[in-house]
Amino acid sequence: MARKITQTRKTTVTVIAWIIGFLIFFPILWTILMSFKSEGDAIKAPLAMLTSHWTLESYGEVQERSNYLRFFMNSVVISLGSTILALVIAIPAAWSMAFVPGRRTKDLLMWMLSTKMMPAVGVLVPMYLMFRDFGLLDTRTGLVVVLTLINLPIVVWMLYTYFKEIPGEILEAARMDGANLRSEILYVLTPMAVPGIASTMLLNIILAWNEAFWTLQLTTSDAAPLTQFIASYSSPEGLFYAKLSAASTMAIAPILILGWFSQKQLVRGLTFGAVK
Amino acid sequence: MATAHSRTAARLMVSPAVILLFLWMIVPLGMTVYFSFLRYNLLTPGTSFAGLDNYYYFLTNAAFWDALVNTITLVVGVLLITVFGGIGLALLLDQPMWGQGIVRVMVIAPFFVMPTVSALVWKNMFMNPVNGMFAHIAKALGFAPYDFLAHAPLLSIIVIVAWAWLPFSTLILLTALQSLDREQQEAAEMDGASTLSRFWYLTVPHLTRSITVVILIQTIFLLSVFAEILVTTNGGPGTASTNIPYLVYAQSLLSFDVGGGSAGGIVAVILANIVAFFLMRMIGKNLDA
Repeated sequence: MARKITQTRKTTVTVIAWIIGFLIFFPILWTILMSFKSEGDAIKAPLAMLTSHWTLESYGEVQERSNYLRFFMNSVVISLGSTILALVIAIPAAWSMAFVPGRRTKDLLMWMLSTKMMPAVGVLVPMYLMFRDFGLLDTRTGLVVVLTLINLPIVVWMLYTYFKEIPGEILEAARMDGANLRSEILYVLTPMAVPGIASTMLLNIILAWNEAFWTLQLTTSDAAPLTQFIASYSSPEGLFYAKLSAASTMAIAPILILGWFSQKQLVRGLTFGAVK
Repeated sequence: MATAHSRTAARLMVSPAVILLFLWMIVPLGMTVYFSFLRYNLLTPGTSFAGLDNYYYFLTNAAFWDALVNTITLVVGVLLITVFGGIGLALLLDQPMWGQGIVRVMVIAPFFVMPTVSALVWKNMFMNPVNGMFAHIAKALGFAPYDFLAHAPLLSIIVIVAWAWLPFSTLILLTALQSLDREQQEAAEMDGASTLSRFWYLTVPHLTRSITVVILIQTIFLLSVFAEILVTTNGGPGTASTNIPYLVYAQSLLSFDVGGGSAGGIVAVILANIVAFFLMRMIGKNLDA
């Protein structure tokens, strides 16, 4: 017995929602549009800019001047590397906590989460000195390790909430049918766990890609990912709006696309399962 | 179904994660505590015991109190915008409309923009007093352009950070709204409850928990805003937009004062832990392990 919704009301809501949505999205849209302009046109008044000539020259210049692809590859290696490493450590942990819970499982989970509450700046000095002494400053290895550690609690938690939803009875049924441990894991559990692992992976890639404390503190050039590359535009020379736009567009595009696929999982992952 | 054998296996499977996180938590933090009691500058050789001097200097420095006030202003300002904006947007997006999926995508997009990009785009393309969009609009309307980051640096940063976090609160509150019991709503309507009282007595209590989660989680992240300040104002002019993370960074990596920076780091940890204490209790209550 759904309520009747009047057409006028639906139209009003639609118009208001589209206007607000457009305004929120506008800075991103504007950046994308500006990236297809020449430097001279990019600083023109909005209307004059829109009607000016469209070009791809900024994209070429960004790559030529600063070797954009190297920063991009660093971002890919660091975010993928730390995600895979975190999954390798977290899957067995979350698995056993979900299926063989002990008396202290809850305390353990809470403790893991509490490590996430520590502000990065509280350990900035020793991390910087250790990285310097071990020769890890400005290396991909160093960043992969740090990003793995800071995201590990979220990964364990997310996997745990997904694994918890796999019904234990299914395992018992498989055992009754004569499945051994190996086929139990391979044919029963794995297929049910894959979606959860995939969404965890997606969220973690997004978080690692956009991480902008350690990536800014611990890299300078060789291992610098896109966060650091974009930050280098904060003290620019000459006209740079179109180039900044092109670089920004390329830096956010992959994650914007991934992010739109992971809206639902985002809520669960970022609230540690408190809101589903 | 848990046998002694499977319990041992389970412990083995958990231990790598536990050991790593334990080391990660205890080693650097222990070092920070240790450094905070030392007279230790990277430019001068040698270290010596300083007692509580570093804490004394850090806490009595005018910059610390400025930074503390700025940190609180930043957190509260962003929370006000994102919580009220988020409730409004979630209620709006929950209504039937055409193209809901597309509006949702547009609203959520800022969350995926890396902090350095959002800060620089706002700084240059919008807030720049010469070529920014706001300056162009002001000129077109006959007003003098306003230099946002020079005259209202903290407010500008609040706007930038709030823009990035509004999608987060909207998304969580929208998820919560969608789990609202429709039948209860309809029953209340049939009993003659007005739209306003339905909102106040059914929707608001239902959202309270999610709002608390939003506030606590955002506070954890907002206490450590850094990149946005680094690329827009560098904490300036003066200390007008310096928050505690930025102050600690400036003290330890720009002035090379390891001891003082460490003391500041410990102060930041204590502040964050006050918030974390409440967040942990909240999440613990909802965990049925």
